[in-house]
Amino acid sequence: MQTVKIVVTGPFNAGKTEFIRSVSEIDVVSTERKISAEAEKVKSTTTVAMDFGRITVDDDLVLYLFGTPGQKRFDFMWEILSEGMLGFVVLVDSSRPETFREARTILETFRAYAPTPYVVAANKQDKDDAWDLDDMRVALRLDPKVKFLPVVATDKEKVKKVLLELLYSILAEMEAGGS
Amino acid sequence: MALRGNLRDFTITQLLNLINLAKKTGTLVIEGPGDFAWVAFREGKLAYAQIGREDNRLAAILQRGSKISAAQYRMIKERASNMSDKELGLLLINAGYLNQSDIIDSLQHYFIGVVRRLFTWVEGTFRFEADQLPPSGLIPVRIDLENLIIEGARQLREWEQLQEEIPSLDMALKFMDRPGTNLRNINLSVEEWRVVSYVNPKNTMRQIAQATKMNDLEIRRVIYGLLQAGLVEIVRPGGATLTNQRMFPTTNKEEQKSLVNRLINRIRSI
Repeated sequence: MQTVKIVVTGPFNAGKTEFIRSVSEIDVVSTERKISAEAEKVKSTTTVAMDFGRITVDDDLVLYLFGTPGQKRFDFMWEILSEGMLGFVVLVDSSRPETFREARTILETFRAYAPTPYVVAANKQDKDDAWDLDDMRVALRLDPKVKFLPVVATDKEKVKKVLLELLYSILAEMEAGGS
Repeated sequence: MALRGNLRDFTITQLLNLINLAKKTGTLVIEGPGDFAWVAFREGKLAYAQIGREDNRLAAILQRGSKISAAQYRMIKERASNMSDKELGLLLINAGYLNQSDIIDSLQHYFIGVVRRLFTWVEGTFRFEADQLPPSGLIPVRIDLENLIIEGARQLREWEQLQEEIPSLDMALKFMDRPGTNLRNINLSVEEWRVVSYVNPKNTMRQIAQATKMNDLEIRRVIYGLLQAGLVEIVRPGGATLTNQRMFPTTNKEEQKSLVNRLINRIRSI
């Protein structure tokens, strides 16, 4: 059995667990704990080690989706999770501009870990106070060449689109001789 | 117990705060990555400061502060090199060249400048030599530390933000692909030009810092400005070896492509 992995990362409460849950064929193996920090109590639980989803491709190949813990104090897990990844998705909460700076930091950190393709996805685009994609691109200082996609992490079709765009990038880089 | 430690654990601002609150008298000796400094305090107030081997004799400080001309400075160096700063100060006052406040203001300005430069030191070791004060021939001042501490705290916040923006100096820089942008039309500072001249995916930011003799804070500050202006972007160092051999269970390129195509087909079918 061959296995490959894609990492889903992003700031706290960006929607990483929902993103994986939308496409995983197994119940996401989640390591959620009740949140202790007052400042981060915008939801009741958070991922402390990783989320783990699976998509069986065929008898011989399985894709694993790993979600990183969002809280900064668990960032020691990031490098471990990034090892050997095919690529990564950076998820950003479109309605919480205060997390954009952190998203940028996470993106740079993962780029430093591994020279793999990535896409950035603007989650919660269905919310009234979601930022416009063009504005977010500027705020996140994303190069025009970086794929930046709208997504609603609970919408399977939109999540599929993000994963497919990442895989297209991986394929394009391979064909360009990047790997 | 001796007051000594590492600037990574205890910042310059925290040290000043401690000296101020405890009204300490003595000399703080700091050894940074490329330079050293000593700063003297009397009863919690800044009394004197010296950075590296920089000439901080009174004549040099007065010339830097444009209180005396270059010709006067040369003359003092030639004829009064054996005089202590106190003696020279009295001579200049008695001769009517300067008054007392000219001298004190120049010294204060210079010493505050030295401490400001120390705020950019984020690596190195320190030790506090209690009761050790500068030699008696030097002119000590009395500067309250509160304003400097506030300034240092601001700089500390800036340092933390810069670290978040640029977490690793082991990445490289490249110019943004923006046709039509002409660097010659952009007003850059001397420091920015020095950094720009080394921008190349082959050079890590750490190497640029070494080449331009900037510390971690200074290089991050300059690069942050260049990033904000959209002139450069952070990229992997050109010479870095790719670590993606383990990405795929096979090393065969065609099999790798086939694997990605199978993933694409599978996800489409979900």
